[in-house]
Amino acid sequence: MEHIRTPKVENVRLLDRSSGQRKASIGTLYLSATHTIFVENNPETRKESWVLHSMVSSVERTPTIPAGSQVILRCKDFRVFQILVPQERDCLDVHTSLVRLSRPEKYSELYCLSFNPNVNKEERQESWSFMDLTADYKRMGLPNNLWVSTAANSEYRVCETYPSELFVPKSATPPIIVGSARFRSRGRFPALSYFHQDTLAAVCRCSQPLSGFSGRCQEDEAMLQALMKANPGSDYIYVVDTRPKLNAMANRAAGKGYENEDHYTNIKLHFIGIENIHVMRSSQQKIIDVGEMRFPSMTDFLYGLENSGWLKHIKAILDAGLFIARAVADEGISVLVHCSDGWDRTAQACSVASILLDPYYRTIRGLMVLIERDWVSFGHKFSHRYGHLDGDPKEVSPVIDQFVECVWQLSEQFPCAFEFNERFLVAIHTHIYSCQYGTFLGNCQKERRDMRLGERTHSVWPELWKERAQYTNPLYRAEQSQSQGVLRPNTTPYCFKMWKGLYNHAEKSTPPRQSPADFLSTVREESQQLEEELANQQEVPPGGTPPPSPGLQTRG
Amino acid sequence: MEFAELIKTPRVDGVVLHRPFMPTVEGTLCLTGHHLILSSRQDNTEELWLLHSNIDSIEKRFVGSLGTIIVKCKDLRVIQLDIPGMEECLNIANSIEALSTLDILSLMYPFFYRPMFEVIEDGWKSFLPLDAFKDLETMTDEWRLSEVNKDFSVCPSYPPLVAVPKDIDDDTLRKVASFRHGGRFPVLSYYHKKNGMVMMRSGQPLTGTNGRRCKEDEKLINATLRPGKRGYIIDTRTINVAQQAKARGGGIESEANYPQWRRIHKAVERSNVLQESLIKLVEACNDQSHSMDRWLSKLEASNWQTHVKEILTTACLAAQCIDREGASVLVHGTEGADSTLQVTSLAQIILDPACRTIRGFQSLVEREWLQAGHPFQQRCAQSAYSNSKPRQEAPVFLLFLDCVWQILRQFPCSFEFSESFLVLVFEHSYASQFGTFLGNSTAERAKLSLPEKTVSLWSWVNRPQELERLTNPLYEANSLVIWPSVAPQSLLLWEGVFLRWNRSSKCLDEAYEEMVHIIEYNKELQNKVNSLRRQLAQLETEDPLLQTP
Repeated sequence: MEHIRTPKVENVRLLDRSSGQRKASIGTLYLSATHTIFVENNPETRKESWVLHSMVSSVERTPTIPAGSQVILRCKDFRVFQILVPQERDCLDVHTSLVRLSRPEKYSELYCLSFNPNVNKEERQESWSFMDLTADYKRMGLPNNLWVSTAANSEYRVCETYPSELFVPKSATPPIIVGSARFRSRGRFPALSYFHQDTLAAVCRCSQPLSGFSGRCQEDEAMLQALMKANPGSDYIYVVDTRPKLNAMANRAAGKGYENEDHYTNIKLHFIGIENIHVMRSSQQKIIDVGEMRFPSMTDFLYGLENSGWLKHIKAILDAGLFIARAVADEGISVLVHCSDGWDRTAQACSVASILLDPYYRTIRGLMVLIERDWVSFGHKFSHRYGHLDGDPKEVSPVIDQFVECVWQLSEQFPCAFEFNERFLVAIHTHIYSCQYGTFLGNCQKERRDMRLGERTHSVWPELWKERAQYTNPLYRAEQSQSQGVLRPNTTPYCFKMWKGLYNHAEKSTPPRQSPADFLSTVREESQQLEEELANQQEVPPGGTPPPSPGLQTRG
Repeated sequence: MEFAELIKTPRVDGVVLHRPFMPTVEGTLCLTGHHLILSSRQDNTEELWLLHSNIDSIEKRFVGSLGTIIVKCKDLRVIQLDIPGMEECLNIANSIEALSTLDILSLMYPFFYRPMFEVIEDGWKSFLPLDAFKDLETMTDEWRLSEVNKDFSVCPSYPPLVAVPKDIDDDTLRKVASFRHGGRFPVLSYYHKKNGMVMMRSGQPLTGTNGRRCKEDEKLINATLRPGKRGYIIDTRTINVAQQAKARGGGIESEANYPQWRRIHKAVERSNVLQESLIKLVEACNDQSHSMDRWLSKLEASNWQTHVKEILTTACLAAQCIDREGASVLVHGTEGADSTLQVTSLAQIILDPACRTIRGFQSLVEREWLQAGHPFQQRCAQSAYSNSKPRQEAPVFLLFLDCVWQILRQFPCSFEFSESFLVLVFEHSYASQFGTFLGNSTAERAKLSLPEKTVSLWSWVNRPQELERLTNPLYEANSLVIWPSVAPQSLLLWEGVFLRWNRSSKCLDEAYEEMVHIIEYNKELQNKVNSLRRQLAQLETEDPLLQTP
């Protein structure tokens, strides 16, 4: 590869504090087109560490010291690798190479376009058909006599960043859709996110109206009227603006803003106050720093936690989801959610609401479907937000990180409600950044289609599904009360914790911390083996030879 | 004195009880000498029995003729009673106040309580120093059990029997006692089987401003050192506080007189500061209207988590000196009955797997807290809601339990007991039908004849049905030393105590039951498989045709 100045450096010291390592190990560093690889010299272990270039968020070179020069790799999963290179020249080469390799300029440089697992063309196609959103709409009972699939956006004619298949109220005719789209930022007109069969109320999403101080649009008003009519039992809808009211008002001056309650009959406006992507970006940097603090005092830590504002933002998002879920499940009122463009905060609020409303999204497959629907298909700008390509740093923001964390916070309150464990959430988080699969590449469905990603890359979902055994929460029972119905989390501030699994890898306890979940998973696996053995033993025909015993493992 | 004198109104009908996360109950309120009882008189299901001694403080409010009493308990629960009639309400409130602040020990409930269960094993006799010493004798012959304090005259807060180095006679001990705060001469706290190192504890040396020395004291603690080895003295005060203590007759072991010892100062806060922290913490936990920023800043301002970190850090240090440095350790603060005990008992949790069993933990509480003379009566007289001016109240023992919980959370498979055991011990240390935590020392307990007149908490706990409830299903005996992380990122608020009444525990309880179910089912299967295998083996020996070639 043209960007690799030196493919191999010997006698390098690597310190990976995030995996609990306290002393650096000596070995050889290799740079490949896709990975930084470190192989320990120790002939007994020969431990290898692989870091994908696309996982690197920053490469820093520290001033030379007598022992050599140091490169610090900070990764997007918040791991930090310190590499000490004996010769300054080599260090400079490694640094320069990695700076370039970790900032691809074109999609073609990304790992997913060279990653070639051992599968044939049919298997690849099959991997993409694993995810079927139509089936999910069908599961919700759609289409029905209230909601229909519209062809208005086929070939992305009305809205470039929306999927081609969308559900709208039956009475929303194409002229209403097109008119409403013209009145909304980037043409993102109101469309269905989730339909709640029990109450017939729906969660819908869109972008802000281009109302300014006095603008109005008949078709948009008709559209909202149609949303209300699609819920026969109700005589109003909630419009949830997830922004702080002040921000929404400021947008009015720019010809955007929020719905004027005088023009729209039968709506109730509700502001939530989730901050914008810039606030979130800097807040996450602060919580990362808190997680990485070495030997802080309790005051430093708690002050840092408060000062980061991170948990406050997580709470705001969960509160937004909870408001929507309560409206839909308890009041039976449909909700229309928007922020500015309707692809960040709106995606967060809608997907949290779905998790709370529908147990299906709390399963392994269900969470995949939910992310595919509310995030991938609805045009969340993955490549911009997660810095897949070298670009505008102001576009980067941990929007989906916050959604994933909301799910984790919920799983702490409802330990039996989720089929998946923390490892699954961390794996999803990693894949969003890694670009090993094509699923999260690009910024909307149209871009992915134009890039022909379906033919050139693989989908991450079937890979995660294959590995589901290690992602399963041993406490999950589909028939348990918290696994069913609507979740009503407590969002008092003391119910939120820092997510150590993501932000504080370094745990300095010996022997390593025990995980009850892993212990229980092992016990359950063993129980399965025992069940099989029992079944086998009972099948022994009288007088026949007993089958060989598979050998019992003792619990360890 | 008769309780009847204090009970102005023994009974009120139509009282409504409000408890967090529970349906309201309407019923009859009764006051007895020791209990506040509310009964709905419907199938006896909805009843409240509250010990007066569990009541920390009350507040009364009136709206028209409807009175409301808010009862705040030492276990941190807050309940509300709506009482019709202003006079009744005032009477009830005054009676509760009088009954809950009775401080005549012999009138306490444990003296009136008669167990409704069969005592299988008398807890008062389960953890006698003599038995503990027998265990020690199997490992070493360097120690002896001294009776120097048999009439509590040498050290009023020590038990009659203490373990001391073999070569130190009772006369020497008497001299050392006069040189240590409260007569608390250095005694054996823990013997580390792995390398023969020991941990001792004592009161501060009474050097005073003119640097008094005591050769016998030096001789005593030097007797625990191996030839050519140094020991560590862990002083739980800052160097400044320790120096200032000289003016009041206290002091520190000087390098000149104790050349074989290295002194380390690790500050652990003192009682009054801890009490203030508890009050602030509970106040923060009970206010649900806080924003995230306010909550985190109140949590920080309470300093509670800081204390947890300090105590754990010092305990880890003591354990490290013993296990990693191979050195003996002497721990003391001022009196040697508060922070000293937090450190010595937690160090044992870290070092000694036996202390992580249910019985071993009881033994630890007996040895290192009750017999070691932690003044429970004074420290646990009031809890977080007290309005009265604090005297000697302090959550010293609660902080110890919190630290144990932190270690338990980090090593969830290494403890035989579950969190509920720790919560239970916390509750009983503040208010109980059992006599275990009454009094401030063994001497006081003997004087009150507690072992004869009251039931021990351990008599109740050590029965199969209770043990089952308190056992950690994840437990797998492990003989390792466990080193907890003391990084602030690893330490959490003990929700099981501080948020216990502020959130529903339904989902967490379900998870716990599921966990128990998974493990029980596994055991059941293993038994089935084992018995089938036995049958099979038997068949094979009986029937040669079945034998595998």
